Amino acid sequence: MDRNSRINWINRLILPALNVLSAFTATAIIFILIDVDPIEATQILLYGAFGYQEGFGYTLYYATNFIFTGLAVAVAFHAGLFNIGGEGQAYIGGLGTAIVILLLDPNTSPWIFIPGSIIGGLLFGALWALIPAYLQAYRGSHIVITTIMFNFLASSLMVYLLVNVLRETGQMQPESQLFSENSWLPFIHNIVAKFGFSLEESPLNVSIFIALLFSLLIWIFIWHTRWGYAIRATGLNSTAAIYAGIKPKRIIILSMCISGSLAGLVGINELVGYQHRLIMDFHFGYGFGGIAVALMGRNHPIGIIIAALLFGVLYQGGAELAFELSNISRDIVVVMQALIILFCGALQYMYSPWIIRTFAPIEKEDS
Amino acid sequence: MEESKYAIELVDIDKRFGPVYANNKVCLKVETGSVHGIIGENGAGKSTLMSILYGFYKADSGNIKVFGNKLQFNDSHQAIKSGIGMVHQHFMLVDNFTVIENVILGSEGGSLLHEGLKSARDELTRLGKEYGLKVDLDATIESLSVGSQQRVEILKALYKGAKILILDEPTGVLTPQETQDLFRIFTALKKEGVTIILITHKLHEIISITDNVSVMRGGKMVAHRQTSKTNREDLAELMVGRKVLLQVSKDEKIRGEVLLKVSNLSVRDSNNIDRLNDISFEIHAGEIVGIAGVSGNGQSTLLKVLSGITPVSSGTIEILGHKMDADNLIYPDQLRELGLAHVPEDRQRMGLIGNFTASETSIIGYHNDKRINDKLILNNSKVRENCKNLMSDFDVRPGNPDLRSDNFSGGNQQKLIVAREFERDPKILLIGQPTRGVDIGAIEFIHKRIIALRDSGRAVLLVSVELEEIMSISDRIVVLCDGQVSGRIDSKDADEKTLGMMMANVFSKEDNLEALSG
Repeated sequence: MDRNSRINWINRLILPALNVLSAFTATAIIFILIDVDPIEATQILLYGAFGYQEGFGYTLYYATNFIFTGLAVAVAFHAGLFNIGGEGQAYIGGLGTAIVILLLDPNTSPWIFIPGSIIGGLLFGALWALIPAYLQAYRGSHIVITTIMFNFLASSLMVYLLVNVLRETGQMQPESQLFSENSWLPFIHNIVAKFGFSLEESPLNVSIFIALLFSLLIWIFIWHTRWGYAIRATGLNSTAAIYAGIKPKRIIILSMCISGSLAGLVGINELVGYQHRLIMDFHFGYGFGGIAVALMGRNHPIGIIIAALLFGVLYQGGAELAFELSNISRDIVVVMQALIILFCGALQYMYSPWIIRTFAPIEKEDS
Repeated sequence: MEESKYAIELVDIDKRFGPVYANNKVCLKVETGSVHGIIGENGAGKSTLMSILYGFYKADSGNIKVFGNKLQFNDSHQAIKSGIGMVHQHFMLVDNFTVIENVILGSEGGSLLHEGLKSARDELTRLGKEYGLKVDLDATIESLSVGSQQRVEILKALYKGAKILILDEPTGVLTPQETQDLFRIFTALKKEGVTIILITHKLHEIISITDNVSVMRGGKMVAHRQTSKTNREDLAELMVGRKVLLQVSKDEKIRGEVLLKVSNLSVRDSNNIDRLNDISFEIHAGEIVGIAGVSGNGQSTLLKVLSGITPVSSGTIEILGHKMDADNLIYPDQLRELGLAHVPEDRQRMGLIGNFTASETSIIGYHNDKRINDKLILNNSKVRENCKNLMSDFDVRPGNPDLRSDNFSGGNQQKLIVAREFERDPKILLIGQPTRGVDIGAIEFIHKRIIALRDSGRAVLLVSVELEEIMSISDRIVVLCDGQVSGRIDSKDADEKTLGMMMANVFSKEDNLEALSG
């Protein structure tokens, strides 16, 4: 193997693996500090995530959300943009989904409800990303600042709408009315039951297939279409992109709208798939988690699916940990997530010089 | 002793970036109290040398002496302490600080600013008076003109006790009036015993202001001259250098209709400096027009504006019957569709994308082409197949379309770009520095392809700093100096001396900067 392909493998496989390992080691140290046996904790965590059908269902259910937000961050990243606004785009996307369902007649066929609700989520998520994109492209404000501010705007807007507009008459909860049953996405355990098998009940629904479908579509879009080509060219070398006649402003708008629309699909899994009404904070944490997922997954759909699964494991296994061990609260999940983000994001290339020097040293050139 | 005579002595300075020598056994002596010019084309190694002197880069080997004392490498602090001050090409100023705040930056003198500001004000007023450096100390930098900002940089260096001032291309951003002011300041500084090193590629500046001049070419110091004993033509020749003559056989051709017509074209940059000033020329079918000139005299801007990257400020460009002016912008992709191809001067930054595979790079600018796109899908296997053909056609090595573009050598990258731009048989070809950093065999190959294109009735605009190249393949030559046309000549009448004089703008009637030397 020559040096370049070796470096490729180091970047694609060894570095991410080593970073995750470091995060786990750091977590283990924290466990020891709070008098928890790390091995026992790992066992509980893995059992919670994989050990029984309901737990595994939850793991995949959480992973679905992370696939959507991870893809969202990745698309923007290919254009050289850092979309921190997945949180807000997911929230507003959910609003779009809910509006479509609530406006349609409850007796409408599922074949209209389901595409309609997906389009609602895509559209509203895109809209929420379009404004920061426009501001970056044509008014010179920075996408990181605007998207993060739009997260707060989304929060406030949703509180207002849920309390004042969408709340069901006579109810105290800031929630919308229950969605028409025709709009519900089927649970996996129900589908399996139709074929005569039985699975424990879990929130896992067909959204996971929608997430996998979108992973495929994004893979095709980024690497097999001229628009994806233009996006990557702009992200890698904007001077060359301009030389090629690509208009960077349009690329900003296009990539951010796609990014926002993908984040906007979190509501499909959460609301249409499980909650069956618009509730507060259903999106919480997935937007930011998506950043780590995209970083870990190297902005490639396959990497993102794997990273999303890891985050699903952490979510579900972490809940199990909090349940089983009295001296651990659910917040441990946040700590573990933070460590993964720290090692895979901020310290992404920490080991890189050392590993490259060891495994792919510069070949001596004769001069 | 001899030593005290020289403010700076550099002995055998070597600096390599990867396999490329930026400085190769460079020696330089600068007399105390003189204005010393260092001249050379972009990439000759001038800026690298000065960065080594100032401690930004560490030289691989060699010695530096300042006023006879040996200086450690790689230590800006020591350079400043020994009396070296640098004014960079791009100013290092905090835009929303005032002049005085900028000057004391790094030498505030205590944790409370009050004292430092007060003593600085006295000192700066004195310096300003002494050297004629007039500038409002309480104005914010962003409110000042570029010329005044440069004065602030000079003040800053003097305030820190500089006895040797290095100025890197100081006039690149200045108007002619501001340039005159700057040169007046030089004279005042020189009177006070300050040594000035002026880095430039403009010959007339060297002639009008310096005492001695050193010429760099390709990382080497090729000549030292006393300015009074040299002239522009001599310097121009030294800068450009003589290369092995590459003869290209070329038939006489009858030229056809005008394919590209440039009329009174001007381009101003964001600082309102003219990059191109009232340029007119035309190119016929079956003709190669060479643009000669010392680099940095508007050639790059010309390529950019003709290819639609930079907008026109005034004047018109007619390309294949389509008009481009300040109100009608034609984008690069539209121009390509009309039949214009562009091999950019800067292949690393503009011509290719290092992270892309060769096959992806082979469609930069053509990714919307119907031949490689199905309705929605970009046909990667077709692109790959095409790229493979291009690679064997243009002898790109290694012929692997999946290899990342930045893993190819410079010459092979260039062949790949040339292949891409030639592939669609353009009606007009803009080609910048086609053979820079390319080996001899490839040079001949690329030249032959350019001439073959001409012979098939296409129009070619060739920009090159290699005079040999311009003379051997162009039919006509247009010379640029300071963004203006300073000469036109048929290549069969051209020789290096005439071109060198045109490049130095010796024939120009009203050379207002000449007055400064007196």
